[in-house]
Amino acid sequence: MKYAVPWLAGAVLGVLLFLAGLYYNPIANKLTVSPLAVSRQPLIDLAYSTVPTDAIAFTNNGESRISPYPEKIAELWEPTVRKTTVLVTLFTDSRGQAKGVGVKFASESERTRLLTGHALVDSAWHVYLPESGSLFVDQTENMWSYARNIVLPARWSSADSWRGTWHGITTSGPNALGTARVAGSSGRFADLTTEAVEAVNARAYSALQGPVSATGSLTIAAAEAAAD
Amino acid sequence: MFKTFIFGIVSGVVIAAGLLYFVPAVDQHREASLISVQANGGNTESFHVNLPHDRIVVGAADKDAIPASLQWPRAAVLGDTQVELFKIRNRNDVVIGVASRISGTGTATGPVLEWALHLPARGTLYANLQPQPDDAGRRSGRLRAGTREFAAMTGSVNERFVRVDTAQDDEVDFEGRIELVTALVGSSERSE
Repeated sequence: MKYAVPWLAGAVLGVLLFLAGLYYNPIANKLTVSPLAVSRQPLIDLAYSTVPTDAIAFTNNGESRISPYPEKIAELWEPTVRKTTVLVTLFTDSRGQAKGVGVKFASESERTRLLTGHALVDSAWHVYLPESGSLFVDQTENMWSYARNIVLPARWSSADSWRGTWHGITTSGPNALGTARVAGSSGRFADLTTEAVEAVNARAYSALQGPVSATGSLTIAAAEAAAD
Repeated sequence: MFKTFIFGIVSGVVIAAGLLYFVPAVDQHREASLISVQANGGNTESFHVNLPHDRIVVGAADKDAIPASLQWPRAAVLGDTQVELFKIRNRNDVVIGVASRISGTGTATGPVLEWALHLPARGTLYANLQPQPDDAGRRSGRLRAGTREFAAMTGSVNERFVRVDTAQDDEVDFEGRIELVTALVGSSERSE
């Protein structure tokens, strides 16, 4: 007993110090410069709102703080899909003109390693742009920086919210440079194989209902003919 | 006493690091893959969607939306684009993933029909099918891309709608099913 109390107090402090080190880990900083910034290929920018109520549809297991949308949409409660979300959204170009639709599947990744600042999500985009073509984007996203800078501060805030300006690139693979893998299928994208990067611009987040003001962007490096 | 406290701090750090290292943060639920081996060395797997229960979303212009409160964007560029979301089942009728089916007639694409099957514990399949069915009501196509377990695969994907006569079978409470059959073979070219 003489040694148990100081050891226990030390152990609790040790755990707290470790968690603090993890949270403030400078090595796990966010990526803000796109790996495609140095690409010589033309870039296609597709923007969308990450706010579920701005989407065409959004669903998850129904137990998350972020509610499925619209009302009465089927929830993904089955054990195999309960760690998955699906977003159906309208894509616009940089001028706000509608370009097509996209479906994003996102599942928590078993390769997640919080010890190294990797809160990974395996996600895939199914994109259809009637005036250009259709394509598929396979990516691994690291949401650690988003969680650390937005979600956790919102939960710790007495107002249950976060406001500010945050820009981060969420794509972290599977390509070597941290880009997503893209496979085109029809139209100008037929047989196209290229890479992409997804980024998030967040301005407001509620701990009770999720993103309040945030946009996502999917930047795809395309061959000349595909970018026209 | 102070040495014990310091030892406790070190122990706490080691315990926390050990827990984070050895206990997986995410453990996806898995169902056994029900795969049949083909004579050529590839494999066949069938998936299906029970309608209407497994339909999550139907969105298109001039069409009844599911769920009814869904607002389809009024964007001329979308034309006759139709987006559907389904839960996908394996041969044992267990939900193993979600899928999107997108169809439409684009100015750059002509008629398009595509599926993306997302199986969280395994990976995603992306297939492009012929928009028009053959005489047997089957649409055939090819696997355009896959991720993780399916990353190094090539092959075909076939879609067929099977109507179920509920009047003859009281135990069946669905109107039909969409069957998807994949015939895949490992591609040495892709895996290199």
